Amino acid sequence: MKKILFALAASAALTVASGALAADKYKACFIYVGSKTDGGWTQAHDIGRQMVDKELGDQVETAYVENVPEGPDAERALERFARSGCGIIFTTSFGFMDQTLAVAEKFPDVKFEHATGYKTAPNVTTYNSRFYEGRYIIGQIAGKMSKTGTAGYIASFPIPEVVMGINAFLLGARSVNPDFKLKVVWVNSWFDAGKEADAAKALIDQGVDILTQHTDSTGPMQVAEERGIKAFGQAFDQISAGPNAQLTAIEDTWGPYYVKEIKAAIDGTWKGGQSTWDGLKDGILTMAPYTNMPDDVKAMAEATEAKIKSGELHPFTGPVNKQDGTVWLKEGEVSDDGTLLGMNFYVEGVDDKLPQ
Amino acid sequence: MDMFQNILLTIATASTPLLIAAIGELVVERSGVLNLGVEGMMVIGAVCGFAAALMTGSPWIGVLAAIIAGMLLSLLFGFLAISLATNQVATGLSLTLLGIGLSGMIGENFVGQAGIRLPNLDIPVLTDIPMLGRLIFGQDPLFYISLALTAGVMWFLFKTRTGLTLRAIGDSHKSAHALGINVLKYRYLAVMFGGGCAGLAGAHLSLVYTPQWVENMTAGRGWIALALVVFASWRPWRVIGGAYLFGAVTIGQLHAQALGFGIPSQFLSSLPYVATIVVLVLISRNRRLTVMNTPASLAQPFVPDR
Repeated sequence: MKKILFALAASAALTVASGALAADKYKACFIYVGSKTDGGWTQAHDIGRQMVDKELGDQVETAYVENVPEGPDAERALERFARSGCGIIFTTSFGFMDQTLAVAEKFPDVKFEHATGYKTAPNVTTYNSRFYEGRYIIGQIAGKMSKTGTAGYIASFPIPEVVMGINAFLLGARSVNPDFKLKVVWVNSWFDAGKEADAAKALIDQGVDILTQHTDSTGPMQVAEERGIKAFGQAFDQISAGPNAQLTAIEDTWGPYYVKEIKAAIDGTWKGGQSTWDGLKDGILTMAPYTNMPDDVKAMAEATEAKIKSGELHPFTGPVNKQDGTVWLKEGEVSDDGTLLGMNFYVEGVDDKLPQ
Repeated sequence: MDMFQNILLTIATASTPLLIAAIGELVVERSGVLNLGVEGMMVIGAVCGFAAALMTGSPWIGVLAAIIAGMLLSLLFGFLAISLATNQVATGLSLTLLGIGLSGMIGENFVGQAGIRLPNLDIPVLTDIPMLGRLIFGQDPLFYISLALTAGVMWFLFKTRTGLTLRAIGDSHKSAHALGINVLKYRYLAVMFGGGCAGLAGAHLSLVYTPQWVENMTAGRGWIALALVVFASWRPWRVIGGAYLFGAVTIGQLHAQALGFGIPSQFLSSLPYVATIVVLVLISRNRRLTVMNTPASLAQPFVPDR
């Protein structure tokens, strides 16, 4: 009896599997560095994937794999996807860069899109969001809101993306308070709620009254809520972790981009070797509602957001000096994208030594 | 002065889960069983504690649920490693993998929900004493439980007859068996105690440290607890030293960064591990003491002959 049941179950499973194949939908695959419910970076990507399901569900089938460590494991996950018939594969973390390129070379017919990287190939396109635009806005808010004139920045790894964020935040803060100070703590992890919370406590104990982070958990937001100070959400609206603490959050909105790219892949208009770098005006990042702040600060933040969208304001506009006091951008000069994407220096005023 | 107390409080919070998990594992290893599944039992404790607290509204029921969950998972290990005498290293490792996967599944609907915090002790007057009041009289209940547990384990292992028997089993299960001691029963109980402690340590993470549930929130703390047992050369009071040394260096390096001394952060981040290794080397120089304290039949499966 058991055997018969097993055979029945097995044949049912086969039918289901072949049924899925018979539909012959275009397959779009996603590789996540974290859990799709991390309340931050990866969840934002997964919401983008769900939008693809909703809008292109009749022609596209999506698949994903979570918690893929950056390194050799990523290459295995990528190869498996490439072999299983994925038409386009999105690799959603900076650390997947070299693996993406290696696998792309072996599978020239599969399209690859790598988030936040800087290396492309004939079948590899990169996409990124101008997070620094949001960081400039939250820097301005911090400049207005901080009583001690000092903010704390919980950082993950010293890669250009993070350094750029720190610089943009400080430039924003100094645009309203020229004496603003910034303390940076590196936790050398993207996701460790406990350690991020410890870093938040250490910063608060040293007189910081506004926190911002470039790590993915809601640990710091919770500490801010408990200690009665303000903080900014990361990648995702974290208001539920800090109803009285969150001023706003930089939200990643990948969905529209994913829909556009997958449509292009189906139509045959997709192009490799591209580097897309969209910003606030394209809707790839949005600001969560401005809360817990006076009306004039809110008005300022909204005005800055509008100016960045219209192109009137670029956060990296001179005069800006490097940390050692040498001139980086002359009066009115705007940084080129190449320098930003490879940023490995601090601007003047950051109270930290950049780990090399 | 407030800052000083705050730093010590942060250190205590960071060290408590390590201490609880390590003291449990110490008892397990003293009985001659090596359970490498601490991380898995801890993460299961974290998610079950969080879920139970959220559903009932009582953090104490959460704590209880975490202990039970840790024990249940350790029973599975016990069945495989003690009753079926499987390889303990492999069984423990797979227990960790199972725990992490299972916790993700159980916790899927609890991610991002606001958690409940276990309230801190608050004794009028005493808690408000400047400098040390909050440190001694105003911490979370699990902090006091962790110290009581350590004292209790010390007393149990070295001052009671049952403790002596447990250590004897850890040193030579064959001799103990020949004396008519029920080796398997002792080991089961020890493994369950370890599981309960690991679950409790997990509850500390999800109900005190950062009251929330996120996947993998133990972030390797179970492994550190395992290392601390060796570090302490299987002696309970040294586990306190090790856990607090690790916590202090971890928090200290964050403060050093925030002060901006200009020391590379990668170096500072590695300090807790470096410090642990250095102390380990210093301790193990006394060979006689190390050998005396190491459970001789650690990780060796035992099948009683009839």
